[in-house]
This record gives sequence, C-alpha cells and structure tokens, in this order.
Amino acid sequence: MKIEVLGMGCPKCRQTKENIQAALAELGREAELAEVKSLKEIAGYGVMMTPAVVIDGEVKLSGKVPGVEAVKSLLEAE
Amino acid sequence: MKKQWLTFLLIPAVFLLACFLPFSSWRFGGPIKEALLMLQEYAREHFLLCLVPAFFIAGGISVFVNQQAVIKYFGASANKVLAYSVAAVSGTILAVCSCTVLPLFSGIYRRGAGIGPATAFLYSGPAINVLAIILTARVLGMELGVARAAGAAVFSVVIGLAMHFIFLKEEREKAKTAAAFAAGAEEEDRPLWRNGLYFASMVGILVFANWSGAARGEGGIWEFIFRIKWVLTGIFLASLVGILIAWFKKDELKEWAVCTWTFARQILPLLFIGVLVAGVLLGRPGHEGLIPSSWVANLVGGNSLFANLFASVAGALTYFATLTEVPILQGLIGAGMGRGPALALLLAGPALSLPNMLVIRSVMGTKKTLVFIALVVSMATVSGYIFGSVWG
Repeated sequence: MKIEVLGMGCPKCRQTKENIQAALAELGREAELAEVKSLKEIAGYGVMMTPAVVIDGEVKLSGKVPGVEAVKSLLEAE
Repeated sequence: MKKQWLTFLLIPAVFLLACFLPFSSWRFGGPIKEALLMLQEYAREHFLLCLVPAFFIAGGISVFVNQQAVIKYFGASANKVLAYSVAAVSGTILAVCSCTVLPLFSGIYRRGAGIGPATAFLYSGPAINVLAIILTARVLGMELGVARAAGAAVFSVVIGLAMHFIFLKEEREKAKTAAAFAAGAEEEDRPLWRNGLYFASMVGILVFANWSGAARGEGGIWEFIFRIKWVLTGIFLASLVGILIAWFKKDELKEWAVCTWTFARQILPLLFIGVLVAGVLLGRPGHEGLIPSSWVANLVGGNSLFANLFASVAGALTYFATLTEVPILQGLIGAGMGRGPALALLLAGPALSLPNMLVIRSVMGTKKTLVFIALVVSMATVSGYIFGSVWG
C-alpha cells in the first residue's frame, strides 16, 4: 500500500504525516509513506486544498488534517 | 558536511558583528530597547483581547465552515459573476492557512473557472486573511483595516478581469478542453444560522472587547458603547458559551481547539520575531530605531506617486510571514511613512514575495506572472495614492 501526503511543507502537512504514521503503528500495518511537495504533482491529482492524502493513487481526503482515528478508518477500508 | 560549512561561515560573521557593532553608543542601545518595548506593547495591548479571539475565530472558520461548498463556485461551468465575487472574499474562509492558496489557485486555473477567478483568488486570498485584517484594524486603525479589506476584495476582481481580458484568446481555447475538477464530497453540517450565530458571538466579543475610548468626551453613541463595552462583551461571551454547550459536540470542540492552537503555534513565533525586528529597525512611533526616520520619510513619506510606487514594489518583493506586516508597518508609519504608501504596502505585500512569484510562474508561466505582478503593483500604488489623498 502506498500512501502519499500532498502538501507544500506547512505544519498541517507535517501533522498529517505524523498522524498517518501513528495510525499505521496502532494498526500494526506497514505502508510506503511518501510526501509530495511539488505543486505540479499536487495539481496533477486534481487536489485543490492541501493537506491531502492519496492511497494507492486515489485521493482519499483533502483540505483538512485527518485525526489519527480518521486515518485508521481510511486504512481499515483498504 | 553542509552543516559544517554553515557553521564555518557563521562563526566569522558573528565574530565580525560582535567586533564592529557599536554596542556602546546610545544609538544602538536605543533600538534594542525599542524592540523590547514594542514587544511589551503587543503583549499588553493586543495579545489577550485581539490576537487570542482572532485565533479562535480563524480556527472556527477552518474547522466549521464548509469549504467544499465554496469551492463549487470555482468550477469551469460555474456562473462567472459568482466566481469572481466569491474569489474576492473567500480568502477569509479558504486561505486561513496561507499554504492552501497556491494549490487552490493552481486548481482553479487549470481545471476550474480559469485565469480570471484564479488570479482574483490568488491576490485576495493572502490579502484578505482574517487574522491580518483583525490585527491591522486593531494596531493600525480602523481606516487602514477597512481600506485593506475593501481594497483587496475590489482589486482582486479588477485584477482577475484584467488578466482574463488580456489573455482572452488563450482562455477561450482552454475553456473548450477544460477537464472538470473533483469538487469533493459535501460534509454534513449544522444549519447555517447556527454557525452564523456562533461566529457572530465571537466577532461580538472581539469587537466590543476592543472598543476604543478614543472618542471620549465627544459623547454620542460611540462613547456610550465604550462605557458599557465590558457588559456587551460579557453578553456575547455568555451567548458563545451557551451556543457551544447547546450545539457543539465534544470532539468538534476538541478539533476547534487543536486547529486554533496549530495556527497560534505556527504564527505567533514569527509575529514575535517580526515585532522585535520592527522595533530594532524602526522603533516605536515617535522613537528611533536603527534606520533613521529621515530615510523613511524621504522614501515613503507623504503621498507622492513615487512613495506609493516604492512601497508597492518593496512590498511585492518582500516576504511577510502572516501578521508580521502589521508591526513592520506600525514602525514605518511611526518613522514617517505616509498612510497612502502604507496602504500600498499592505495591498502588495502579503499577496506577493520573491519566492511566491517563482511558484506562481511554475503554474502560469513567466509572461502571465509578470503581467499579474505589474497589475498588483499598479493597483496597490493607485489605491495607496487615492487613500492617502482622501484619508491621509
């Protein structure tokens, strides 16, 4: 499973990444976690508001920092 | 290895500064004192009653306002008049965190309503930032605060329309092949009127807690309100508490608190540094900093077209972290900057900066970026000039 965090480097995006890492740890799952910082690539996903979370190429949410619980529900659905 | 080079350069730099800065002369002791006194002024007068409520409001907007509903207005098939109007003011809702402006701009430009609304939003987003307007009104006065907000909204539409017509042929071509963007799912919301009251109560607290007694002695309704301001603030505070208990769930409140804290944590340290820098370089109004007031008065004093232009260009190039433009402007005005050029700087500063221009260029290309910059600088210069002539 590949998880990408889309964001241009502001604290919200860092927080999103941390929440994802925490959720992965709590669920005991592993995933490839990458950060997408280039505006071109972010725009390429059709994302308008960062931070955004992309799992296996699909935009799962955008515009808010997902809490650890929210990330866990996303991951459990995969 | 890179870190070592940095230290290697830093040590002689600090050494030279330590050697040659004229610490013993009064001239230098003054600015440090000014910096600390300015910081004290912010801590005493603006922090509790203005900044703190403002951060809660910004947090509330970020968490509770349905942003997807606003984004719908930027679609390729959306009503153009609405798209421009929404672009002009939605910065307050969408751009609370300045880092959302660029992806949103890129989205509107490439997949949405086109270059007009996109550049309108690009300009007004940072300029109409809710925290910045609140602090500007508080520190620099209501007139500059209102002028800044109104100027940003009005000129964003003008700039957007100008960009649209200048590049009309290209826009028409693009419209034929534009892919629609994913607007995202709309979230379940509490009724609009409840959200409205929630925000109104916070704004009420903010407005009445800061009601100035400047017009004391003149009587009339202004002064009457001043006398009962704490009663009014208390009433709004009580309504807010009631609203929170009645209509808000616990984890919503937690989300709100976390978001507020995130903004504060991100913005306050930079504001702190901005105040100190403004104090050192420019001094508080009526006092001298490192930069002699005569330099400031010569370059940007009065209301000449040159002063306004200089302020615009300087503002456009310089990067201002959110809110830092306020203490810097306070210092500049105190050191002799005219109110017209001050507005010019407020209108050109937050929206543009050198690094920011490079990113915009990667989205729109060099030519359009240069036209955009030229439009912003001229709008800012003209508005500053007009404001200075009438309200200076």
